[in-house]
Amino acid sequence: MAELKFEDAIKKLEKIVEDLEKGELTLDEALKKYQEGIELSRACSQRLDSAKKKIDILSKNKKGDFELKPLDEKDIEEKEE
Amino acid sequence: MISKEAPKKIYTVSEITGGIKAVLEEAFPHVWVEGEISNLRVSAAGHLYPSLKDSSAVLQTAIFKGTAKDIRFKLEDGLKVICFGRIEIYPPRGSYQLIVEKIEPKGAGELALALEQLKIKLEKEGLFSPEHKKPVPYLPYTIGIVTSLTGAAIKDMIKVLDRRFKDVHIILSPVRVQGEGAKDEIAQAIKDLNSYNQSVDKGQRIEVMIVGRGGGSVEDLWAFNEEAVCRAIYNSKIPVISAVGHERDWTIADLVADYRAATPSVAAEVVLPKKEDLKFQLSALVADLGSALSQQISSFKNDLVDFSHRLYLGLDHLFEININRLDSAGHKLSLLNPVLQLRRFKERITDLAHQSGVRLGHILEIRQARFSRAAARLSGLSPLNVLSRGYSITFKFPSQEIIKEATQLKPGDTIKSRLHKGEIISEIKDINLDN
Repeated sequence: MAELKFEDAIKKLEKIVEDLEKGELTLDEALKKYQEGIELSRACSQRLDSAKKKIDILSKNKKGDFELKPLDEKDIEEKEE
Repeated sequence: MISKEAPKKIYTVSEITGGIKAVLEEAFPHVWVEGEISNLRVSAAGHLYPSLKDSSAVLQTAIFKGTAKDIRFKLEDGLKVICFGRIEIYPPRGSYQLIVEKIEPKGAGELALALEQLKIKLEKEGLFSPEHKKPVPYLPYTIGIVTSLTGAAIKDMIKVLDRRFKDVHIILSPVRVQGEGAKDEIAQAIKDLNSYNQSVDKGQRIEVMIVGRGGGSVEDLWAFNEEAVCRAIYNSKIPVISAVGHERDWTIADLVADYRAATPSVAAEVVLPKKEDLKFQLSALVADLGSALSQQISSFKNDLVDFSHRLYLGLDHLFEININRLDSAGHKLSLLNPVLQLRRFKERITDLAHQSGVRLGHILEIRQARFSRAAARLSGLSPLNVLSRGYSITFKFPSQEIIKEATQLKPGDTIKSRLHKGEIISEIKDINLDN
């Protein structure tokens, strides 16, 4: 779950609701799906509150390969003034 | 070199400016000037300050409020006009300007014409066709941005990111967005982001890119009207959102892009959903999840009630078959002659019938009890209580067919209703098919 993207988690959750709504599951399966759905929704809700973001600058090195370097947001502010 | 023969005359700044003012204002008291409007500014007081330009020179002009209110057409950058007025020197700034008293439009401006020509060319080639436009992904994880590191656009976009959904990875390709070389840098950056995608795994690929800059004059935004930029956008495999200047600024890049955002902030808002919206979506899904489960459980309950009814009816049927079988055996035996034998058999038959009844009754009780317990355990609902709550099951009599719809019956038919305790036999008086 740790590496699951938010969008994928939402899609998975939608699928679980859909499966449950079809009503073709045994009671055991239905309860298991429900449990899985609740766990997914918790993970999504944590992800929503996380402050993690990543901004990289794309550049090419001497060999012509792409490199990503983290952007220092202070650079932007200073140059603007 | 200062000539030795000439008398050495030293002017103050005011004197020389005053001299120029006298000469110039006398030389050009009333002139007609033709040019293209650019960098039109409107002051808070309502004065207009358009520059007039042609291919090699620029003339500052001022149209004061009193004159401006009489102009019938809309002054716009790129518009070719003819102005009438006088040249005025403004000593505090050492500048000169044309004080416009009359202004008339003259056809379309040349830049605007160039724009129109490129637009027609690219449109013919299908660069604006809606079929070519790629959908903008919902909730992309990796977003490319092509803009200047020093402009307002990148700051605005980071600001939006900070108050919206932060679970994203932004890959920035910095470029100059105006002046010499800007168009080539922008076009190259769009290509680079596409090549970058070829060099990484599918999960890390850029899903959408924003190409743009903050507001500026028509000249400042010009790179986004260049063919190289438009073609790079058209050829991009990654969907492109254009975000150039303000709402009122339309460039050809906007027409080619898969999606045109009015400003860089709007572009960021398009790709980064609001946290509140996502929270709402999530809680709606959790609510759906809960109701789907309880629906599932109540359907299990219904199945259970149905099963126990069928079991009850099945046992009843079995019981009757056995009674019939005993009756016919008795009948056969009664045909046998020896009276004693007959009596003995009769006694045994009575006995068997009794035992059979007792045993079936017993089985019935055990099965009912077991299902009551199962039902209670799984759902808290005792299915047999359905009858005790006042429901009944209706059969056609004597055929035992279960009645589910009134159409199965007609007046005069006899029915048997099984209640919680006992049965009643009734005759149908009338059939009402409504409901």
